[in-house]
Amino acid sequence: MSLLKIQNLKQHFPVRGGVLMRAVAQCKAVDGVSLELGTGETLGLVGESGCGKTTLGKAIVRLLNPTEGKIEFQGTDITHSSMGALRPMRRHMQMIFQDPAESLNPRHTVRDILEEPFIVQGIGTRDERKKWVAELLDKVGLSTSAAERFPFEFSGGQRQRIGIARAIALKPKLIVCDEPVSALDVSVQSQVLNLLLDLQREMGLSYLFIAHGLSVVKHMSDRVAVMYLGKIVELAPAEELYHRPLHAYTKALLDAIPIPDPSKRRERRLLSGDVPSPINPPEGCAFGHRMKNPRWESSVGMDLTLKEVSPGHWVQPCPCCTE
Amino acid sequence: MMSAADSILQIRDLVTAFDTDAGRMTAVDGVSFDVPRGKTLGIVGESGCGKSVTAFSITRLLPQPHGKILSGSILFEGQELTTMPLEQLRRIRGNDISMIFQEPMTALNPVQTVGKQLAEAILLHTQCSKSEVLVRSIDMMKKVRIPAPEQRLNEYPHQLSGGMRQRIMIAMALINTPKLLIADEPTTALDVTVQAQILALIADLQKEMGMSVVLITHDLGVIAEVCDEVVVMYAGRVVERAPVHELFAHPRHAYTRGLLDSIPKLDSKPKTKLKAIPGNVPGIADFKPGCRFAERAGQAHTAEQLNTRPAFVEVSANHWVENCPICAA
Repeated sequence: MSLLKIQNLKQHFPVRGGVLMRAVAQCKAVDGVSLELGTGETLGLVGESGCGKTTLGKAIVRLLNPTEGKIEFQGTDITHSSMGALRPMRRHMQMIFQDPAESLNPRHTVRDILEEPFIVQGIGTRDERKKWVAELLDKVGLSTSAAERFPFEFSGGQRQRIGIARAIALKPKLIVCDEPVSALDVSVQSQVLNLLLDLQREMGLSYLFIAHGLSVVKHMSDRVAVMYLGKIVELAPAEELYHRPLHAYTKALLDAIPIPDPSKRRERRLLSGDVPSPINPPEGCAFGHRMKNPRWESSVGMDLTLKEVSPGHWVQPCPCCTE
Repeated sequence: MMSAADSILQIRDLVTAFDTDAGRMTAVDGVSFDVPRGKTLGIVGESGCGKSVTAFSITRLLPQPHGKILSGSILFEGQELTTMPLEQLRRIRGNDISMIFQEPMTALNPVQTVGKQLAEAILLHTQCSKSEVLVRSIDMMKKVRIPAPEQRLNEYPHQLSGGMRQRIMIAMALINTPKLLIADEPTTALDVTVQAQILALIADLQKEMGMSVVLITHDLGVIAEVCDEVVVMYAGRVVERAPVHELFAHPRHAYTRGLLDSIPKLDSKPKTKLKAIPGNVPGIADFKPGCRFAERAGQAHTAEQLNTRPAFVEVSANHWVENCPICAA
């Protein structure tokens, strides 16, 4: 049984306007996503800004109320669970945020930050918590004396380690990592990625790893899902996706990565423009509109649910994007 | 080093410091390099290595009154910029030397239309009529490939996407056809796809206008894609300098090698350990007189190596390295 299973998940936000602030349109941030995640597995999620990656992550840990669809966590349907019903579940699903400077309370010491999950869940005595905080700090590679200091006293990489310590405090099963390294320098980035890999092996964690850089995602993931305008357009094992991308958007993302080798400079197929607005998304296949010679007409009215083309390799069967 | 004829900008022993409550902090400590004419020079290093301070020293846009150029020389087409009267420098800044900044949202004025900001850039340096300004603005916006430029002129920065804003910044920087463009992390805040567009755009315009470019970035991938020469900075100093092919093929300094190794490669095996440089860039107050990479190099340095600055030597044609016996092995 998979740890997490989501079916046709939709997260729409009303766009309000006019004098009465009525909903005049729907922003379809996540528009029909189905995914599964096994124990100890990492599922990468890539796409440009504005394609709904973060919204999907937040909807999964139920920081949002999904509009439609179903989220099953450890076999329990949590799509519409109340806050009270969710609380015991929350210790099994945690989140690591992009900017550790903004996701740590600047007025709390590291000890306050790391003790809070235990207090909220009502676990342990004061002495036990003190011991656990020391263990957590040790686990993420910080010294025990860090507990009495404030977040601003740390560098970006160390702050992200605090964020990770908070996320693993309750020994969760699933961690949604939302761009955990994009605010960090390259050398520190690899330290944090190594830490995440170690913790996964040690604690059997499952990750939903969200990032916009395909090279980082590919390195961290077992399988990778490519998202465009609220929908998954391709899903495949990491190696397979890199060696045999099928969807034109995946190819474009791979092509845009700068390769750190000057002898491999090449002519690149550049994407033009930006992701279209998820308010009134274009007709038919959304990516067809952004290609050099838009050929989206043929996909209007087609059923664009993912099709499995080879074992584990799923792609949107749009005629214009998959050749 | 190159002769003056081949280089548009020559920096020698530049020292830039900030006066703070805790004393004088030397952010750039004796930096020398040349920018070849018509080529792209990349400056790479992590945050806190002095890349941006070097760039701001060239245009003398250091935060005032704390930032000061203490010594050294910056020659632009034979003119000394460090001691030039401000009046004269203002005629060069935005005209012969332009800058693009990292975050276009904070670098653009939020309460003025795009058209007004472009017009300001023109009118500061040339006298021309309103209609001429309009023609030049629209022309430039077409060059940076902004669709429907006439309409965009009347829009405010917040109405544009990140990529569009950065295009406006580039249009502003290039509108007076500068000889030297300094781009400080121009694509860091952007998506990879938009980054590829912007880098291609800068390269195209460079070819068309024949300008020289200084590109500051922390991404060695970007360096490999667009630069001709590379300067690697660490803790306020240049640790290595070489033509791009030479640097990637034969990195000499341990820091350069560490940076190259820590990039996840697309062809590496997933979920394997990445090589990382342990620790962090030291804070500016902890800069040592000797080899500054010592504490992250993984090998013990002698007291002498920690206390005397290693010489900067040419190891092969045009390939220079800070010659610490341990880090530059």
